[in-house]
Amino acid sequence: MPQTSTSRSDASIDRWVHRASVQRVLPWLFPIVVLSIWQLASQAGWLSTRVLPEPWAVLKAFWTLTLSGEIGKHVATSTWRALVGFGIGGGLGLLLGLLTGTFRAAETLLDSTLQMIRNIPALALIPLVILWFGIDEWAKLFLVALGVFFPIYLNTFHGIRSVDKGLIEMARSYGLSGWKLYTQVILPGSVASILVGVRFSLGLMWVLLIVAETISAQAGIGYMTMNAREFLQTDVVLVGILLYALLGKLADVLAKGLEHWWLRWHPGYQPEART
Amino acid sequence: MNHFDLELQALAVHSPPALIPRDASADRAAAPKASSRRPRGGAAVDARGLSKRYGVRGVLNDVDLTIAPGEFVAIVGRSGCGKSTLLRLLAGLEAVDTGQITLDGDARARHQADIRIMFQDARLLPWKRVLDNVALGLDGPDAQERAREALSQVGLSDRASDWPAVLSGGQRQRVALARALVHTPRLLLLDEPLGALDALTRIEMHGLIERLWQRHGFTALLVTHDVTEAVALADRVVLIEDHRIALDERVPLARPRARGAAFDAIEDRVLQRVLSQPGEETPAPAPGIVPLAAWRWAV
Repeated sequence: MPQTSTSRSDASIDRWVHRASVQRVLPWLFPIVVLSIWQLASQAGWLSTRVLPEPWAVLKAFWTLTLSGEIGKHVATSTWRALVGFGIGGGLGLLLGLLTGTFRAAETLLDSTLQMIRNIPALALIPLVILWFGIDEWAKLFLVALGVFFPIYLNTFHGIRSVDKGLIEMARSYGLSGWKLYTQVILPGSVASILVGVRFSLGLMWVLLIVAETISAQAGIGYMTMNAREFLQTDVVLVGILLYALLGKLADVLAKGLEHWWLRWHPGYQPEART
Repeated sequence: MNHFDLELQALAVHSPPALIPRDASADRAAAPKASSRRPRGGAAVDARGLSKRYGVRGVLNDVDLTIAPGEFVAIVGRSGCGKSTLLRLLAGLEAVDTGQITLDGDARARHQADIRIMFQDARLLPWKRVLDNVALGLDGPDAQERAREALSQVGLSDRASDWPAVLSGGQRQRVALARALVHTPRLLLLDEPLGALDALTRIEMHGLIERLWQRHGFTALLVTHDVTEAVALADRVVLIEDHRIALDERVPLARPRARGAAFDAIEDRVLQRVLSQPGEETPAPAPGIVPLAAWRWAV
């Protein structure tokens, strides 16, 4: 019957799809197909290089910029900005989140203020930021720090508050209190939530940096792309976009690695459950 | 509504609670080491005129309970009768409204380190490996060694470096039992610790708890809704009804206990007494918050 033969071939496709080697290749299949079509379209003259340069030209631009050391310089500048901004904003977010999460008094005092500030889009502050900091590094660091602050603050606060009350009760009745209770029960219990905030922040970090670097910069990936736009170098613009994508992916991989290490006790991260 | 675990009762007819071959060998192997740490014996518990209310609703009303050192007492009753509240008061998890609790004649609070509780859910810290969970709250250089010893007493030495997430429900409760015993408590409070386990695992746990109780000599107080479990383990079965003690029945059976006419007669008497009163279904009380001295923690 036709129906059974269909289901049989479905099953064999299913098996093929689930093989490990195929699993590793499969996610790349779609981008490769898109890139090929794009390359063909450019070569056939359907796409103007002013609109979109061919992938091959982007690669060549990438290569020349790497050889000239320009990419290295810009990536280093951008990464430095991203990390310092993330360190300041994320560190403050963690600190304040721990504070308001742990102590009711701190929550009463600070939380509603922070919630008000949270609702202001960081980018709306650009004019003010330029007035405050001028157009030097601090303006960019401020924007990044402000953006990454809130996801980490909110998730830390939430993480501390949602630690299992039963575990805290148990730990207290087993003689834990103060610092011991905090480091052995409350903090580990909120790590999962804090890491969600970190991953969210890493995404925001690049978005804010892109905007900050397009305002007024002398170096950085954003500066490179804005500069290239003035000279209609669409291939260099695309190199910049590609760099952002790669760096964003890298940050996410690092955050995931952190999750795997810190949450290795979590049922969701067990290699395989056994009883 | 009432759960009297008919399933377990039916099962227990064929397999007496004393039938626990699995952990016996591990148990015996650990015995000489365990004896090097002298058991501290049980505490005498005396509760006088205990009352507790949540808002307008009374949960316990003028309850008196005396437990001799090393005695095993089981508290049974319908859900919401206040039996868990009584245990939480003894554990110090909640403050008494009126009345007083003494251990060996002293105020309860002075003996906090002598009291350990086992909860219905094991409450293991999922981010600590099994051994570190057992060592929770232990100080000193021999903490790990003591934890290892306690773990071997419940027959789980080989799971020391596992995460709690990969253990079965019964294994988790055995780890929780080891965690309680490592503190050599003089009063062990058991808050329906076997309620969530399957019938076979419960029978295994009965034997384990009984053997460890006999070896360590602590005073034990078991809260359960399962009359069979109470009769199988306890020296005395106490029934709480209408917020007060309604029945205090001795169980003069030799240990290890097997089912027989005498066992059934006692079980039947308690069960009939429980069922004679129409139950009032009340929601379980919300757990209170234990005040912490210096800072007011929000968690």
